[in-house]
Amino acid sequence: MNQITREGTGLLREMAGLDEGAPLFVQVAERLADEIADGGLAEGEQVPSTNELAAYYRINPATAAKGISMLTDDGLLEKRRGIGMFVAAGARARLLGERRKRFAEHYVEPLVAEAGRLGIDTDELVALIRDASYGQEGRRI
Amino acid sequence: MTPVISVAGLTRRYRGQVALDHVTLDIEPGSITGLLGRNGAGKTTFLRILAGHEFASAGTVTVLGACPVENGKVLRQVVFVREDQSYPDLRVRRAVQTASWFYPNWSHELAGALLEEFDLPLDRKVRKLSRGMRSALGIVIGLAARAEVTLFDEPYAGLDPVARQLFYDRLLADYAEHPRTVLLSTHLIDEAAGLLEKVVVIDRGRIVLNTDADDLRGAATSVSGPAIAVAEFTAGRSVWDRRRIASQESAVVAGALDETDRARAAALHLHLEPLTLQQLVVRAAGGPAAGPAEKMSAERTSA
Repeated sequence: MNQITREGTGLLREMAGLDEGAPLFVQVAERLADEIADGGLAEGEQVPSTNELAAYYRINPATAAKGISMLTDDGLLEKRRGIGMFVAAGARARLLGERRKRFAEHYVEPLVAEAGRLGIDTDELVALIRDASYGQEGRRI
Repeated sequence: MTPVISVAGLTRRYRGQVALDHVTLDIEPGSITGLLGRNGAGKTTFLRILAGHEFASAGTVTVLGACPVENGKVLRQVVFVREDQSYPDLRVRRAVQTASWFYPNWSHELAGALLEEFDLPLDRKVRKLSRGMRSALGIVIGLAARAEVTLFDEPYAGLDPVARQLFYDRLLADYAEHPRTVLLSTHLIDEAAGLLEKVVVIDRGRIVLNTDADDLRGAATSVSGPAIAVAEFTAGRSVWDRRRIASQESAVVAGALDETDRARAAALHLHLEPLTLQQLVVRAAGGPAAGPAEKMSAERTSA
């Protein structure tokens, strides 16, 4: 499936709604996949129905259905006859595994490239990352 | 699937003027299609012919398996809501009641809920309603009829954005529960884009684009940034439009971009922005950025 985050502005775009260049059904699938990866939708939990998704995102129900079936084909959702769609066992671990695989490509490589353009050397960059991590840990306490 | 609406070689002439020129189009059941194009392109004529309000000069028109003209059986399953619809001199309550007698699938429950949501005064004469209220009445009838073929022709003259959003939301909700075939002619393309499954663009009486709305998303992308980088990125690609100011350039690139393209654009510090449905339609309908529409057209149906 398409990756969850493209460039660094992924979060901003998500907050703004479904407006990326990707087809709407792909975006619906990505949003649901994000929910699963972040634990918002637990494994074994029922996902919103096609009509609920259509109403929420203000899109055609057929488009929402295509998004759902994309995740079903991927084995991330499973159908329980007569009840609805549920998050498959192991879905979260799989999604996080895919994200980890893409972490270097999507975050580290652009970071290093931009640092190079600004003349920040590797030692400085490592120091900046360390500072940022302390900051985050500090906030957590 | 047998199409609900099937039109072949449809031509409509008015005293030497050609309003529709060999239009051929099939519409599958259970879909929402956006009928888009400029004023005078032939959208209203097309819908009027589907609703049996007008004759074709040539060609065949089949709606629900038969010719719609003076065919009561078909017309009870077709609701047509026009821009600035006129009504006989009735009160709102009576106008809605009259409509309810005509349409066999009519939902009193939905009509009641919509009348309340659009805040329509039941005892006022339709003639005395504001333009927006008259549009709202048309929408109430168009939705509550639950007709198998539901035609909306610019149904929201005078409606404010809040009321229009209410229309889109109620249309989607009721369509989800009671699927039917909806044709929506609109100029407010980006507003309605999410609703549409299919997009048909008419220009000068001909269909210039007929495709899935999903195929149009990302069909073209605006690329902007330093002119040198834009030139490097667009080399060998089909470019629709180029604009330049100082050392900055903006170009519209046709065709979907893949991950490699995006990574390359990011490395070149280029800003990417997909063209909206409205921008794509303006192009297809021969607007200022006009060019060959074939590039984005999945299928040309006009003969």
